[in-house]
Amino acid sequence: MSHRLLQLWKLLRTLATDDAYERYLVHHQQAHQGARPLSRREFYLGEQQRKWTGVSRCC
Amino acid sequence: MKKLFWILIAVIGACAVGGIALHRGETINAMWIVVAAVCVYAIGYRFYSAWVVARVLSADPNRATPALRLNNGRDFMPTHRWIVFGHHFAAIAGPGPLIGPTLAAQFGYLPGTLWILVGAVLGGCVQDMTILFLSTRRDGRSLGQMARDELGPVGGLAAIVGTLTIMIILIAVLGLVVVNAMKHSPWATATVFATIPIAVLVGLYLRNIRPGRVLEASLIGVALLLFAVVGGGWINEHPTLRALFDLDSKPLAWFVIGYGFVAAVLPVWLLLAPRDYLSTFLKLGTVLLLAIAVVVMSPEIKMPAVTQFIDGTGPIFGGALFPFVFITIACGAISGFHALVSSGTTPKLIGSETDVRLIGYGSMMLESVVAIMAMIAATLLDPGVYFAINSGPGVVGATADAAVATITSWGFPVTAEQMHALAAEMGESTLFARTGGAPSLAVGMANIFASVFGQGLLALWYHFAIMFEAVFILTTLDAGTRVGRFMLQDALGHVWRPLARTSWYPSVLITSALVVAGWGYFLYIGVVDPNGGINILWPLFGIANQLLAGIALCVATGILVKHGKLRYAWVTGVPLAWLAIITTVATWEKVVSQDVRVGFLAAAEQLADKLASGALSPEQAAVAPQLIFNQRLDAALAILLTAILWIVIADMLRVSWRVVKGLPVPPSSEAPAIALAEVRS
Repeated sequence: MSHRLLQLWKLLRTLATDDAYERYLVHHQQAHQGARPLSRREFYLGEQQRKWTGVSRCC
Repeated sequence: MKKLFWILIAVIGACAVGGIALHRGETINAMWIVVAAVCVYAIGYRFYSAWVVARVLSADPNRATPALRLNNGRDFMPTHRWIVFGHHFAAIAGPGPLIGPTLAAQFGYLPGTLWILVGAVLGGCVQDMTILFLSTRRDGRSLGQMARDELGPVGGLAAIVGTLTIMIILIAVLGLVVVNAMKHSPWATATVFATIPIAVLVGLYLRNIRPGRVLEASLIGVALLLFAVVGGGWINEHPTLRALFDLDSKPLAWFVIGYGFVAAVLPVWLLLAPRDYLSTFLKLGTVLLLAIAVVVMSPEIKMPAVTQFIDGTGPIFGGALFPFVFITIACGAISGFHALVSSGTTPKLIGSETDVRLIGYGSMMLESVVAIMAMIAATLLDPGVYFAINSGPGVVGATADAAVATITSWGFPVTAEQMHALAAEMGESTLFARTGGAPSLAVGMANIFASVFGQGLLALWYHFAIMFEAVFILTTLDAGTRVGRFMLQDALGHVWRPLARTSWYPSVLITSALVVAGWGYFLYIGVVDPNGGINILWPLFGIANQLLAGIALCVATGILVKHGKLRYAWVTGVPLAWLAIITTVATWEKVVSQDVRVGFLAAAEQLADKLASGALSPEQAAVAPQLIFNQRLDAALAILLTAILWIVIADMLRVSWRVVKGLPVPPSSEAPAIALAEVRS
């Protein structure tokens, strides 16, 4: 039961992009070892900029 | 066993569709429509989408998607298909599927419902899924780029012009819907105004207090929004504050125009992004709640299956069933705009090619469900009430007594007392002539919610529904203005380089102002037009949206032919042909019809005659030249849009013909196939 709830919580976090920074860090660790990763705020602001540069909402 | 199950679904579906089509009693239960819809979607998804993915698109689960090949941990990233489904649905679902069916309900519940079901399963879902697949095969390239690569520069240019035009008209018509919902409604106005500081607070929280914690920030924001709905009620009770928010449509239009400009030039984290988070949470929550409530309540549909207005004399918009039901309901059946989202962020997240079925086809099916619910919410109202709310004063008469007399004479009895009582219940001063679809949808939603979750709260539910629609619409308005700005910057950059720099403030201000002026013009004219404005703008929006769908389907058809799939080209070709027919016929009628409520030019002519003969009052005469010019402009715009569609069709046919004849064509822009195993290792 608690495992199921945890799964659901994880899903919710991913859907809301709450875990985007953590996933970025994991990727950064693998792909760019040694380089300094962005801070949480820098990452968040960069992502917002990227997200709202194309068509991301519809009628 | 499985076969038996699907045969059962098919039989139940056929019975339900037959039931709603042939029923001729006083009322019919909404469950008939729900069951028919669920069965049609289930069969469409299980059989048609599976067949298209396997045979027509030949999706290959062993081929690495761009998310795998180009994984950068940010925009390119393989993501679980249900997560992408959630993001994609949130991106495509806007206010369109709520408004279109509400307006089209003037023809009765049947025509709109059938078009939503058939249009989605055979057209809209196929378009979304196909474009998503083709863009995934091309590293997430946009529709405009694909049109240029696969068909040639003509197709590419047409896609850009089409997108910019639709954006302008879409924002204008949505702005008009919000203005009409707030007009002389202090409660609604105060609540909608409050959403702006709330969004800013959430934006500051997400940037400065707890960066990137969207879930908690959104929960706080949604709680504040709900509080704003209650607070709006208090303001409505307070005599001084009430007067402050009791605004006419002109100042409200200026407010929306100013808001659109400010939102487009502010940094996205401050207003646009947090508002979008709030609107997404509200959207998903409300759609779920509405679906549950409709099933629990299973309301009776009071609108007849088909009304006399299929002949073109409808009070909400002029024009006969064919082609106008297909123009009025774009989103929910087939929406070209989705092709832009399907060729945007979504393809970069797809982990396996076969996921396009759930994400592309499935999301559009869900959007179609939203449209069906809007249709139910509109048709469960007493038809007399529905027409009283949605008809402009120019059609039914300016006073309450005149309006009820006209509507009752059509065979839809309604009284002024009934309307008065309803308005009081909803916490409004009047519900007459609240055109645009939002108020009548809110009344319908309030009825559904109140009957399931507590009868005493009608006014709260009504204003919750208005707030929900407004938040939605303002998000589209911000985001659309921003996209329009980028497109304009890109185009003007060819004239003078610095204008293309998206972070250079002079250019940002100039291009944003140009885009806002574009839609602001149509919004303003819509507000001063005594016939309600929606009557003009919504069909134009429908034509523009179908044009974009036509371009998307042209690209898809051309690519299918180029890849040797000529015998399957009908999968996208048939919806394309249908769209070409309805947009062309609709444009023809909008331009040449002698009926002043349909034909732009006839309306301009009539108004010019009245102006010349001095038959207009001084206020009417003051705006008449603007209205005359606008009607002529609308005619030119409709012709331009349809001409663009035919140019792209001709270009697609040219390319297809050359393929068949073995002549050279632009090479396929598909990314080379790389096996999954190679990327993984």
